[in-house]
Amino acid sequence: MEAIHAVSAGMGGMRTAGDLVMRMQLNHKMRLNEAKSYVAEKLGVTIEQLCDVVEMTEVRENFGLGIPYCEPHTKMTVGVEAKFNIANKLNITINSIERFKRLANIE
Amino acid sequence: MAENATKQYFTRMGDGYGIYMTEDEIRVDIRAGVEDAAVRGKIDPLTKEEIDRIYEIVTMSSGIVGVERGMEVVTTTDSGCHKFETKCGIPIERSVQAMVHERILGGDSVDLGNTDFNFKTSKGVANREAGILKSALDKTTFPILFGAMTNLGFYTKPDGPIENWAVLLPEGKIHEALAAQEEAIEHAVKDIVYVAEKMNEVGADGINMDTTGGAGDADWLAALKASEIISKKFPNMGIEMGMSSEFVIGMHGRLTYEGQRLAGLYPHQQVKVAEKAGVSIFGPVVNTNCSKSFPWNIARVCTFIKACSEAAVIPIHPNAGMGVCGIPMCDNVPTDIVSRADKCMIEICKIDGL
Repeated sequence: MEAIHAVSAGMGGMRTAGDLVMRMQLNHKMRLNEAKSYVAEKLGVTIEQLCDVVEMTEVRENFGLGIPYCEPHTKMTVGVEAKFNIANKLNITINSIERFKRLANIE
Repeated sequence: MAENATKQYFTRMGDGYGIYMTEDEIRVDIRAGVEDAAVRGKIDPLTKEEIDRIYEIVTMSSGIVGVERGMEVVTTTDSGCHKFETKCGIPIERSVQAMVHERILGGDSVDLGNTDFNFKTSKGVANREAGILKSALDKTTFPILFGAMTNLGFYTKPDGPIENWAVLLPEGKIHEALAAQEEAIEHAVKDIVYVAEKMNEVGADGINMDTTGGAGDADWLAALKASEIISKKFPNMGIEMGMSSEFVIGMHGRLTYEGQRLAGLYPHQQVKVAEKAGVSIFGPVVNTNCSKSFPWNIARVCTFIKACSEAAVIPIHPNAGMGVCGIPMCDNVPTDIVSRADKCMIEICKIDGL
């Protein structure tokens, strides 16, 4: 079910900026267009570029926001390190990152 | 004209079985679906242009259809992280399933929960569930929520401490049945908030309350009360609330939230109550009628969901799963129908996600 939704209608998560738009909806209650506009402005892209996998792969690599797959895998920014960059770039609070900073005594 | 009158288009019934319908039959069913929703919900019907668009989407020749470039939405899940194991028999640990959703399935988020997907069970093993969630959060980049159902019925005997109102009501013990539901609400709220606290401690991005209202208005009130507490105590966590049906069943009938009686509310009214309770994302539901065609069902869905979307201030993610929002009631859902349901809801209802 999840696969067909993603193929026919979804932004594709980390393939584009779907996870970033999702964060604006979940934690800031933004509706879709507002969330897309916010993320696009923060990343310096247009709304059209925001949903394009080729454009967004380059943007995400440049800003260290995480991409779903690359070769070699060791070059991938992903998980906690990517979420640190996402929080900074979008100027948002990510719960797991706040916990990480608290427990690692990072200000 | 004569050729068009007899041309047959493939579509499906609400149970998933394929049928062929003529243009006239499809248009009659679409209009009937719209009218059914408009009358029941006391809402505006779809416009002629919207009805025509539904017809175009239903009769598109390709198997899978897609939304237009730039109209893509984001996706959330219900019990996303245990389906590979419980439904497909592929034994993958839940935090790894989260990674598969993120890197292979193109999900924008996922929810992780106990395989017995309800808050009463999760409460008993909350710390261990939080450990699994933390493992997933360490490995992934996208948002992860902890999910479960309110399932108020689990608090009744013999599974719980409360008298079973489903037994009391047929016995004519009305006052006792109402009191039992009110008592169960307090137990459920405590459990939901306790689970949310444990998940917040490990950094969950949100809580997903799935299929709320499944046991009626008391079940939904438990979810609303819990949302209000969670939104104040744990402001870093979002709250997603998914409904169970288009109509809140009045198993109690007299329960209110902020002065609004809950029984009988439709999606455009439900979302306003959810907003007051601090919910971040609302998931309305319109139940699929297995005896009706997909054109009938999706027209009805779009009428209800459009009204909900127009009323909403928060994002809405209609529950587009088995048996709801136009999706047939069958285990292996047909991709042709799922993609058409998605396209109709996104284009006509201006939804924020699925």
